[in-house]
Parts: sequence; C-alpha cells; structure tokens
Amino acid sequence: MHHLGYWSLAVYAASFACYAWNLYVPNPWVGRIATALLAAGIIVHYFYLYQRSLMLHTVPYDDLYGSMSLFAWLLGLTYLGLEFFHRQRSVGAFVTLLLICWIGALRVLTPRALPVPTVPHGALFALHVTLNTWAYAAFALSFVLSLIYLIQDRVLRSRRLGAAFWRFPALDVLDRMARSSVYVGLVALIAGVSMGLVWQHRLSGGYSLGDPKVIITVAILGVYLAYLFLARNAAWRGARAALLCALNFVIVLFSYTFVNLYLTRFHRFL
Amino acid sequence: MTTSTTDRNNTVRIKVALIGCNHLTAPVELRERIIFSTQQALQAADELRHQGILEEAVVISTCNRSELYGVPGDLAASATEAMEEYFTSFHQIPRSELHGRLYRWSGPEAVRHLYRVAAGLDSMLLGEAEILGQLRSAYNQALDHGATGPILNRMFQGALEVGKRVRSETEVGARPMSVALAGVKLAERVFGNLKGHSALILGAGAVAEQVVEHMRARGIGNLRVVNRSFDRAAELAQRVGGEAVAWESLETELGLPDILVTSVTASGPILTRSILERALAARSGRSMFVVDLAVPRNVAEDAAGLYNLYLYNIDDLGEIVAQNKKARESEIPRVEAIIAEHIDKFEAWRGALEAGSIVSDLREQFHQQREILIREQLKDMDEVSAGERDRIAHITEKLIERLLEHPEQKLKHGRGMRGRLAGLEAMRHLFGLDEEKK
Repeated sequence: MHHLGYWSLAVYAASFACYAWNLYVPNPWVGRIATALLAAGIIVHYFYLYQRSLMLHTVPYDDLYGSMSLFAWLLGLTYLGLEFFHRQRSVGAFVTLLLICWIGALRVLTPRALPVPTVPHGALFALHVTLNTWAYAAFALSFVLSLIYLIQDRVLRSRRLGAAFWRFPALDVLDRMARSSVYVGLVALIAGVSMGLVWQHRLSGGYSLGDPKVIITVAILGVYLAYLFLARNAAWRGARAALLCALNFVIVLFSYTFVNLYLTRFHRFL
Repeated sequence: MTTSTTDRNNTVRIKVALIGCNHLTAPVELRERIIFSTQQALQAADELRHQGILEEAVVISTCNRSELYGVPGDLAASATEAMEEYFTSFHQIPRSELHGRLYRWSGPEAVRHLYRVAAGLDSMLLGEAEILGQLRSAYNQALDHGATGPILNRMFQGALEVGKRVRSETEVGARPMSVALAGVKLAERVFGNLKGHSALILGAGAVAEQVVEHMRARGIGNLRVVNRSFDRAAELAQRVGGEAVAWESLETELGLPDILVTSVTASGPILTRSILERALAARSGRSMFVVDLAVPRNVAEDAAGLYNLYLYNIDDLGEIVAQNKKARESEIPRVEAIIAEHIDKFEAWRGALEAGSIVSDLREQFHQQREILIREQLKDMDEVSAGERDRIAHITEKLIERLLEHPEQKLKHGRGMRGRLAGLEAMRHLFGLDEEKK
C-alpha cells in the first residue's frame, strides 16, 4: 500500500475515534471534527486512488485490490452525503469502522502488487465501472443502516435499554437514511449499467445479456426495487423491510466477489 | 469567617462567602417563605452592598434553594453573621426558625458549592438542566444591575462553564428521570423529531398531563384528548392546546395518532389486541408508540406482539427511570473531576492576585529593564566616568520610584475592593506579570 493509503487509513481511524467518542458522550465539536476527519480521509484516499490510476492508466477496477479500495472510497463519500442530507452523525462510528475493517482486509486478503497496465477502455467504460461500484457502496451503506435498525427495533421491543440505546438514531431516521442510500444505489446502478451497455454496443455491436454478471445485476435491481415498494406496504414497512434490505446485500456481496472472481467472463478481476 | 482585605504589602486577600438553604436542609413550608422574587433579589443585592456587608452580591432563588453569594467588604469581620442577620430580617423570620437550616460556606468551599449547584449535583433531580438556566438568569440580572464585580464574575462564569461541560461531557443529565419524560424520549427513539407527528391522550391523569407537556415542548403536531367525561377532555384539551374528542369515536380516532398515551381508570383492558390491530391497519401499518400509564393496565398484554406497535406500561417506564438514575449516579465522579478542575482554575487566578505585591513585582521588572538599558547604552561610552555612571543609576532608580508612587497609593487607598481588584488585574495584564511568572 502506498504511503497515501496508510495516511487515509490513519485519518479514517481518527475519524472513527471521534465518531465513537461523540456517540458515547455527545459533543457537537467532536462530531464536527469527526466529519471533518472523514472528509479529509476521503480526500487523501482520492489522491491515493488517483496515483494508482495514473500508474494503471485507468480507474482502479481490474484487480480486486483497486476495486475494493474504490468501493471503500465511494462508501465513505456516500455516507458523508447522507450525513449532510439527514443531519445525523450517530451512524458515523459504524461506517468508519466498516471502512477501517474493509481497508484492513484489503491489506491482508488481496495481492498488493500493481496489475499489468491494461489497454485503456475509454471514459465511458471508466464511468460504467465507477458508477456500478458506487451503487454497491450505497447498498453496503443501506445494509449497515438496516442492521442498526433491526438492533434498535429489537432493543425497543425487549424493553431492556442499554447505555448506547439513547445515542442511536431514531428508527424513522434510520429507515429514511437506508431508503436514501438505496435510491442513490439504484440511480448509480441504472446509470452504470446503461453506460456499460452503450460501451459494449460500440465495441462489439451487440450485448452479452447472458453473462452471469449481467443476470445478477438485473436481479439486484429487482430486489432493491422490491424493497422500495415493500417499504411502503402496510405489512412490510419497518423491521421486515429493513431485514429485506439487509438480505438484499448478500446478493450484492455474491455478485461483487464470487461472480466477479469465478463466474463472469469479461467482468473478472485480474 | 474571613473577609477580603488589602494588607500593608498590597497583598489582596480575596474571600467569597455564601449562606443559604435548599431542599436538603429546609422543608417546603420554610423554603416558600424565604424565596426572593427577581426584584427582591436585586433589592437584597443592593442593600447588602450599601450596608457595607458585601462588595459584590448575587442572590439565587428557586423553588429548591435560596442562596446569597457575596464578597465581604474590608470591614466586614463576620460577614456570614451579617448576611444571616440580613436574610432573616428581609424575610421577617426569627433566627431560631432557621437554626440548623442555613448552611454557610466561605473560600473554596463556597466556590465548590456553586459549581456543584451548576452541575446539578445539588439538585433534587440529579443532573437536572433547569438549574443552569436559573443560575445564568440570576447572574445576568445581578451583572446588569451592577451588583457583581471581578470576583463573582469570575466565579459565576466558571460555574456556567462547569454546567455546560458537565452536560456535554458526561451522562449525568442525558437520560430521562421521570416516567413522563421517559415515555416521550422513547417515542423520539421511534419517530425522531416529534414535530409533524400526532398524539392521542386517552384519559386525563396527572402523569398523562405531564407527558402532554413534554410533547408540547417538543412541538408535537396534532394533539387530541379522549375521556369518558367530555367536559374533562375539553378542559385538558384547552389547557394543552389540543382538541377534545367524544369517547364514542375512540375506535375511529385510534387509527390516526403516532403516539397513544392512555391512563383511563378501568377494571380491565379497554384496548384489546384486535382493536389495536384494526387501528394499525387503518394507518397502513405505520409504527405506533403506546404508553399505558394506567393501573390496572388499559392495553391488553398480547397487543405488545403486534407488528410495528411499541408498547410500554408504567412498570416498564419505572424500570427505565431506575436504570437511568443508577447511570446518572455512576457519572458523579466524572462530574466531580470537572468541578475540581474549575476550582483549581479559580484558585490559581485568585492565587495570582494574592501571591504578593503587584507593585513589588512591577518594581522588580522595571529595575531589571533599567539595568539592561544602562548596560546597553553605556557599553560604548568610555568617556563616561564611574561616578557619572553611579549618578545615572541613582537618577533612574528615583525615576522608577516616582513613577510607581501614584499607582501604589491608588492600590492602597483606592475606593472599594472591586476597584482595587480591577486595577490589580489590569496591571498584571498590561505589564505581563502573569506571563513572567510562568
């Protein structure tokens, strides 16, 4: 990992410490520092990805390491957007912890060496990859929010309220944040898939609709649209919808890892 | 009891004194007789100063405490005695009646008491936030009225900072401590901001009324009241700015509110699982938070299993309050640490003024500067003889003494402790004496 990668990890860790502190003992200034540190971490992480892109002559997506790092960056960016939109910081500790674990796992589980630079595929292709990765990051965020919702709901029903209970966001806020995140994910996915189809048509004059990656992407679109529909349905709104949202992410994870690594023909990591 | 004085060496002795009583030392029958209205508090502060008992004064008076804080004047040899005398005569209460009820503190103990009050440690409800607002208000009124000075300003500003820090850095005031507030806070855990949400109050019990007040304070949107007696419902609705609804239309009304607070006297549950199931269906499955304050309970126990219905009864809320009380108590050491830190700050400031003669410090500084200047200026003047050098040294020494003569007299014989302290503090600041000591 380039030294900028370590720096971004350190800043994310500092941001996590401030978010966790703010969750334990709320202090507006500590909260603002946590947000500022997250923003700083995202900027440093951007330059790290930019340097990697310069070496590879493209957006880092060909290898699992680059793609997962891009995913982490977009996850942080999406959360920051949601934090500003919903004015809610109490989820920050969980998201930054996820970022740290994710980047830490990258270091341990994936090959660190730079892949051989590939032939550049053009801006449209780069946008296709970036938008799809952004969609996955937004779905990951909705997964985290839904999990917190389910825990909060369970605690409220059990009536055994712990110390942290009073610091968590309200169920209504978590529900709205999760839905916002899914909206971001769906818009990014639809735009990303559309660009991919246009790019492929330009390249080969046709579409590989039978590729497992395309099939599972359509399935992801379907399950998240179903979630948005059911989240407004009398029998599903609330904890059931949150559970569905959390389970949907299993399919995203499957697509992102297993399908990319073993099933697809042209969406494979190097 | 000690007083504030200036000794022969200009060494200022700063003392603060406090007398008062609170809910721990006096019953409500006595407390209500010794309360000060805002006007009376300012009048008392004026009279205490004009009678020479105090040079600075702040009166704090709430339903739980009446306290006089002050800086005794030069001549007030036994200021707390005089303060007590004034206190009893002001309220026309025999001293014997207050015997053992009044507490008296001076010096750091008085500061500690004020900081504990600001932190909510001395309150009936541990960590309550209201006292900080009352303290701020009493201090600001005294400040605007000109009753405070550098010592009480420093002390009360420290107290307000303690109060603010305690509430932002510890959990002592974080969790609800009453059944009514616990109910409302739990509703906030479901809906977030209560603005734009609706509530239905079933029955008109005292706790239910408290719940309504807390919800109103949080800007609840729509509020309806249902009671067997429509007149009582209308009375409560009018008082809380809601709308009264007839008992007969209860089932229709149940489909509307996000929050239901029930406290109807009944021999058994009046809201069965099926009634609430229909209510939830009528509101398209949106979450409903139900607070059952009645004994026997108004809501059937099996209704708790309904999807998107959160049910809390009086015992559940009572248990939460008990847990919160324990949690608040466990925060006391952290609060005490913040208080100790601020007492140290106040004492350090006080010590800087008391440590010795500011004029002596200033004289020493001037002499040092004089020596450096003479050494630098005469370095290259070989033609100046040793005798002439001595004369220059002598003249500059005299100049320093003459320059210091006036401020020294002012500090010794200036009018009032407040003026002298303000002067001392200004001199320390202007001549950087505190920085030098560091």
